[in-house]
Amino acid sequence: MMRLPRFRYLAPRTLPELTAVLADVGPDAALLAGGTDLLPSMKRRQETPAALVGLRTVPELRARSGDAIAGLTLGATTRLCELAGDGAVTGAWPALARAASLVGSPPLRNVGTLGGNLCLDTRCTYWNQTHAWRKSIGFCLKKDGDTCWVAPGSTRCWAVSSSDTAPVLCALGAEVTLASRTGERRIPVPDLFADDGIRHLTKARGEVLAAIHLPSPRPDERSVYLKLRRREAIDFPVLGVAARVRLGSGGVVEAARIFLGGVGSRPQEATAAAAFLLGRRLTDEETVTEAARLAAQVAKPLQNTDFALGWRKGAAREYVGRALRELARPR
Amino acid sequence: MSPAGPVPEHGPRARSRISLIVNTQPRELLVDPWKTLLELLREDLGLTGTKHGCELGECGACAVLLDGDLALSCLVPAVECDGRHVTTVEGLRDGPELHPLQAAFADHGATQCGYCTPGMLVAARWVLDRNPSATREEIAEALSGQLCRCTGYLQIYEAVESAARVLRGEPPSPPRLPAADRSVPDDAR
Repeated sequence: MMRLPRFRYLAPRTLPELTAVLADVGPDAALLAGGTDLLPSMKRRQETPAALVGLRTVPELRARSGDAIAGLTLGATTRLCELAGDGAVTGAWPALARAASLVGSPPLRNVGTLGGNLCLDTRCTYWNQTHAWRKSIGFCLKKDGDTCWVAPGSTRCWAVSSSDTAPVLCALGAEVTLASRTGERRIPVPDLFADDGIRHLTKARGEVLAAIHLPSPRPDERSVYLKLRRREAIDFPVLGVAARVRLGSGGVVEAARIFLGGVGSRPQEATAAAAFLLGRRLTDEETVTEAARLAAQVAKPLQNTDFALGWRKGAAREYVGRALRELARPR
Repeated sequence: MSPAGPVPEHGPRARSRISLIVNTQPRELLVDPWKTLLELLREDLGLTGTKHGCELGECGACAVLLDGDLALSCLVPAVECDGRHVTTVEGLRDGPELHPLQAAFADHGATQCGYCTPGMLVAARWVLDRNPSATREEIAEALSGQLCRCTGYLQIYEAVESAARVLRGEPPSPPRLPAADRSVPDDAR
């Protein structure tokens, strides 16, 4: 049996209690939501926090307010399985519903949370291994070692952002509220992520991701998410393509945002591709081909996840093209 | 209104008392916070029907119903199960008669080495509880977190469909091969 390391478990009952506890227990505490990311990491001794602060007893983190017209606020511990069956979400933010429905497997989505998927630790072939495995290579830059085995000689960790919902929430223009004992701050989702495999979140240790805010979509807005992985279940994304466009009269693109997941330590924004699309039509195959080529340039896959490198680069171009063609489809 | 008293805390030195319902039986136990529901079921309650496979959330062997939802017991801290309802494979049916899913798994050859079977049965129960007329596609999706390395899944899907028919009051679908004799000997009754 693969045992968890020993820890102290705290069960705060309100958000103020939670932030007070976080400030008290200090940096050696970890937040426990669904546990589907943290507990495997603890079993492999990638993480050995002295204290776990449980979030399931904090009702504020389960709150839901607003709707598709006013914008929707979801508590961070909203379970992923709730999103796929939520009429407001599937209607107004279909890309989010789809991304949530593609995470892991049904039992993982039944306990895994939206906030947890956003904060998902970065992943790497040399990191997501047992303690004995990692010890046998002298560990790695992310923890206990001094070499990045993906890019020996690199001074940074290249572990890869593997969240399905992160690129989607970036593309949707969503924001998150971070709460701490000293108050709350609200930031755009892209600002939550640092371009670093080790400290991949800009969230401070004393902060908890409390809520996710989805802005109301305009009627002429469309969003999509496509996921590439070896198996159709369980696997993390090797590539995620999230795109949102606003189409004007005649199907001309008036606004566009494209983010790629699985190809960097944070979701990568394809700004050149989005700019190129402005004033053009997604029904024009040459436009789609060129935008896909531009978007694929921000995908810098490294040898840190599944599939061969060269193939993954080509797959990025192919998947962006598919995503844009799906957005162009009449509805 | 703020709750009274200090923040509830468990461990590391003292065990915590929890009560939960396991297969309709109320149980009260002392647990360490680092103990998982899987460990509690197998080691403290002797319910070894629930298997430990990868123990990392990737294989589904340890699946149980937690408050009616399919969940992986290897990734649930036991302290978080206080006051909750757990159903394991042992809780599918009381007595010597098989649950229609168990009978269908036997008849359709849905079990070979058997290690994934408890998780498969629980996951199948979960999908049929919610949708007694689930399609092949919906069954496959619901079972997509359960790994089987023997059967290739086809016999499992056929067994779940056959059990669904029985649960709806229809005759079971015929297995591809003749079913084994699974009558219960008198001395086991």
